[in-house]
Amino acid sequence: MVKIKTVNLNLFYGSFKALSNINLDVKKNQITAFIGSSGCGKTSLLRCLNRMNDFIRGVKIEGEVLIDGKEIYKNVVDLTNLRRRIGMVFQRPNPFPLSIYDNVIYGPKVHGINHQENLMEITKKALSSVFLWRELKNKLNDSALDLSGEQQQRLCIARLLAVHAEVLLMDEPCSTLDPIATAKIEELIMELKKKYTIVIVSHNMQQAARVSDYTGFFLLGEMVEFGKTEKIFTAPKDKRTEDYITGKFG
Amino acid sequence: MKNHQEKIIEKSILIVAFSTVFILFLITLFIFKEGLPFILNNGLTRLFFSTNWSPSDGSYGIIPMLIGSLSITFGALILGVPLGVACAIYLAEFSSKTLRNILKPMIELLAGIPSVVYGFIGMIFLAPVIRSYFGGPGLSILTASIVLGIMILPTIISISLDALLMLPRSYKEGSMALGATQWQTVTGVLLPAARSGILAGVILGMGRAIGETMAVIMVTGNSVKVPSSFIDSTRTLTANIALEMGYAIGEHRQALFATAIILFVFIIILNILAMKIIKKRRI
Ligand SMILES: Nc1ncnc2c1ncn2[C@@H]1O[C@H](COP(=O)(O)OP(=O)(O)OP(=O)(O)O)[C@@H](O)[C@H]1O
Ligand SMILES: [Mg+2]
Repeated sequence: MVKIKTVNLNLFYGSFKALSNINLDVKKNQITAFIGSSGCGKTSLLRCLNRMNDFIRGVKIEGEVLIDGKEIYKNVVDLTNLRRRIGMVFQRPNPFPLSIYDNVIYGPKVHGINHQENLMEITKKALSSVFLWRELKNKLNDSALDLSGEQQQRLCIARLLAVHAEVLLMDEPCSTLDPIATAKIEELIMELKKKYTIVIVSHNMQQAARVSDYTGFFLLGEMVEFGKTEKIFTAPKDKRTEDYITGKFG
Repeated sequence: MKNHQEKIIEKSILIVAFSTVFILFLITLFIFKEGLPFILNNGLTRLFFSTNWSPSDGSYGIIPMLIGSLSITFGALILGVPLGVACAIYLAEFSSKTLRNILKPMIELLAGIPSVVYGFIGMIFLAPVIRSYFGGPGLSILTASIVLGIMILPTIISISLDALLMLPRSYKEGSMALGATQWQTVTGVLLPAARSGILAGVILGMGRAIGETMAVIMVTGNSVKVPSSFIDSTRTLTANIALEMGYAIGEHRQALFATAIILFVFIIILNILAMKIIKKRRI
């Protein structure tokens, strides 16, 4: 089932065309990876999917983005609800400078859940889902900034689970983490796939090959090739994809 | 050759800097030398355990002025803090960058207007309004609170604004990406994140309010009795020193210097607090 679909998507920063004619199907409960060298537009595309580009001045977007078949740019969209459903994990873990508990319940509170018991229940569930509950259940009032990078990134994922996100957009979620932490986060991502649709940007091709079901290869704002991950990595159709994967450039 | 010249410049700057500090040190020393004997001879009781200030009878109770200073400062904060923080929030999060770049220096400029101007406006325009709406003499705690509340705005706004602008973008993005509105982001993430900076601004503003002299002399009425309501006139510690120092001699003069020491200590504590808070801030 297709969760997110883009149709002839173009994105301009002023007069600079950063994305060109992107047609993409993101399947539900699958992990889709975007790979490609720096500056090819992976982040830009990701931020189209939850309309985070709205905050950047001078951005122009053409084409369509459909979530569950509904266009999100042309129709009147409840952006609050859209962003709740399409959650985002950033490159650098960005917990709020609040307590661990307040970080998790921030989203639910924003969306109108205020009951203390409910909030505690939500916190427990969200932290358990990212395997942090046992470590942190006695430290819920500590500052989130004191956590390790890996814990912070897990917490940022937990924040999204707490508002019942359906899609998790992850922009190089492991790029600031060491290899062991990276392996653990990857494990978490594969676990989360059961319940969530995941789109992950990665600079690391092994990572994309390890975790993803589908892979899109990007080059200078174009999606050169898209398909099943094993296909892309074993038998790419496009010469440029092959060059990138075999390390001839990029 | 160049090196030689640089050394001379360096040395002379050092001398200038050092002498500034030295002069400040001398002033402090002088205040303590003049005021400390009074405190040492009488303890603090004679200053603090009396509501009667009449130097001709040898009564030096600073309680009326202390109440005056504190109530006006408190009133100024009630007015200045919400207004100032709201203004900083607007400039940091809601106004366009162009507007901010125009308004920020203008607000900072407001801090440079001599306090006598604020006092004059308060006396000529505000006091009559207060008199006709609330009764009383017009020159009152309320009038002074409003004038001071406005005077501390630049301090509160510019420090709070800097604190808000220094926050990393990622806080805002993280919040917006969760579906929060801009206002929810401000109250839920940005204000708590900038709270220490804002608090520092408030404390510095408070220091300014306590220390202000000229404007309060002009708008408080300067009566030396314990005020019974916010439309009564009153006198502040600073005003008391300024008004009486010109003719005070002997013990009277010493008592005024002792008051200055108390103010001095108070302001120092506030500043240290503000600095501690600013330093503790983590990003
Ligand atoms: N806010 C912006 N204003 C103008 N140009 C931008 C902006 N953001 C990105 N770009 C440009 O758009 C292109 C794509 O950027 P994007 O960040 O999407 O690439 P990326 O694939 O995520 O790169 P990286 O791997 O380095 O994160 C780049 O050439 C970049 O310089
Ligand atoms: Mg990127």
